[in-house]
Amino acid sequence: MSAKIKHFPGEPIETREFREGKVLTESFKPKAKYAWSAGIAVSRFLEELKNGRIIASTCSKCKRIMVPPRIYCEKCFKPTDGWTYVKDTGVINTFSVSFLAADATRLKEPIVVAIIDLDGASENMGIVHRIEEYGDWKEIKIGMRVKAVWKPPEERVGAITDIKYFKPVKE
Amino acid sequence: MCEVAIVGVGCVGFRPITLELSYKELMFEAAVKAYEDAGGIDPRKDVDVFVTCAEDYLEGFSIFDEFVPDQLGAALRHLFTVSGDGMLGLATAYMLIKTGHFDTVVVEAHSKASDILTYMDIVNFGLDPIFNRPLGGHPYYIAGLEMNRYLHDTCTTEEQCAQVVVKNKKNAIANPYAAYGADVTLDQVLCSKTLFHPLKKLEISTPADGCIVMVLASEKVAEKLTDKPVWVKGVGWCTETPSLETRDWTRAIYTRLAAEMAYKTAGIANPWRDIDFAEIHDMFAYKELQHMEALKLCDYGEAGKLTEEGLTALEGEFPVNASGGLLGMGFGLEASGLQKVLEVVLQLRGEAGSRQIEDVEAGLAHTWRGIPTATGAVAVLSNVK
Ligand SMILES: [Zn+2]
Repeated sequence: MSAKIKHFPGEPIETREFREGKVLTESFKPKAKYAWSAGIAVSRFLEELKNGRIIASTCSKCKRIMVPPRIYCEKCFKPTDGWTYVKDTGVINTFSVSFLAADATRLKEPIVVAIIDLDGASENMGIVHRIEEYGDWKEIKIGMRVKAVWKPPEERVGAITDIKYFKPVKE
Repeated sequence: MCEVAIVGVGCVGFRPITLELSYKELMFEAAVKAYEDAGGIDPRKDVDVFVTCAEDYLEGFSIFDEFVPDQLGAALRHLFTVSGDGMLGLATAYMLIKTGHFDTVVVEAHSKASDILTYMDIVNFGLDPIFNRPLGGHPYYIAGLEMNRYLHDTCTTEEQCAQVVVKNKKNAIANPYAAYGADVTLDQVLCSKTLFHPLKKLEISTPADGCIVMVLASEKVAEKLTDKPVWVKGVGWCTETPSLETRDWTRAIYTRLAAEMAYKTAGIANPWRDIDFAEIHDMFAYKELQHMEALKLCDYGEAGKLTEEGLTALEGEFPVNASGGLLGMGFGLEASGLQKVLEVVLQLRGEAGSRQIEDVEAGLAHTWRGIPTATGAVAVLSNVK
């Protein structure tokens, strides 16, 4: 708003008037529903989570072990040619301690999200997940070793949340 | 300025449903085919720019651009997304090459319609929220409004519109990329349920899944990559007023102006004479007729008669939608424009199999962005430089 304008034309509206429905409003909730096909690679990955395992796809040209798996190597642009399991342990590549919930309200306990380079996967390959059982968040460090904490088998549904979180482990 | 050619095409689909593949895997398959078709180029080094076409709401992702590079070989390469029909991507690629700064540009568009559970609600969300949305109803009533006025003004008959369906679905039987080829009779179309008077069920195209990738190249690169380049002689596009209250309900002016733009560049004076066949947006049967007139292929109100007389049939004087059109192939959402271009390319290369039209030199591809838009685009292609 310009500081030079002292008086704006028209009737001023107050928040109260919005609340009391004195201002014309149109309200729509978009009915936007999707059922994405996970596809060959992601479906296999989710199936294996159900089994308590993390699977990667491999490229024979660049020799990379890629997780999350895909059916093409984006570096070589060729179909991947194998599958292999990687470990459910790894190293924190980077992390952030989030003090806000998705709706921007303050959280009592912060959420720690980390990029985890998994053991057995190629460099910069791994999983995004939450870190818990860390004690004081100031103790969490880049390079720290972590391990997956899985839901019990009967509770797994083939989703990323079949792993409850990763927790720090001693070297 | 250098000439621009389409040097490679790859298509997966079109099918009513593709449960087994993700959109990424669909794109990968189409891309592999296109690069192979373009003389086996390596997208990791031989492509200067990638242009993908997608509308977030149809994908169910915000900022869908971020999800496309890997499967096209475009990771850490130069890519952007056009939020619109694939033919606008083709026009963008054409212009990039015309600048002289880029030699090889890839265009992609796809439809994963089967992933969308509430397609009509998404279309409805495209309507004006103050004037139109509160009135309710299925958004395809807009096609009913237009068809009604078009028939009224031009004396085109319901039989003539139905004839488009018979022709296109029959052509689609010979097209392996078509999802909905069928032998239907005029009576079956006319007796199918009226859904949006005067529009009937069989006159409405059904969405389908598929992906098309194309490689465009400058003259000097094109001639190295392929001995069957298809030259882009002209492109055009246009958008009319978005407001339903004030738009022209009978003449598809957006298509007329897009066509004039493309014809000017291509040097087309008399489209019926200078062009041999056309692929025209037929999301609804009457649209093929209305668009034919807007494309200056015949006089206003004459398209129905020409269709009835069989002039636009596969073996007619000027085949329209030899591919089966969208009524036969399936409505490929933002890939519609590339569905049209694909068929023109295959025909001009002589690779259209049993639906091949003899002795063709120039073809026209036309698209419309569907309900509720009044946006169209046109490309004129030729196998002669
Ligand atoms: Zn590789």
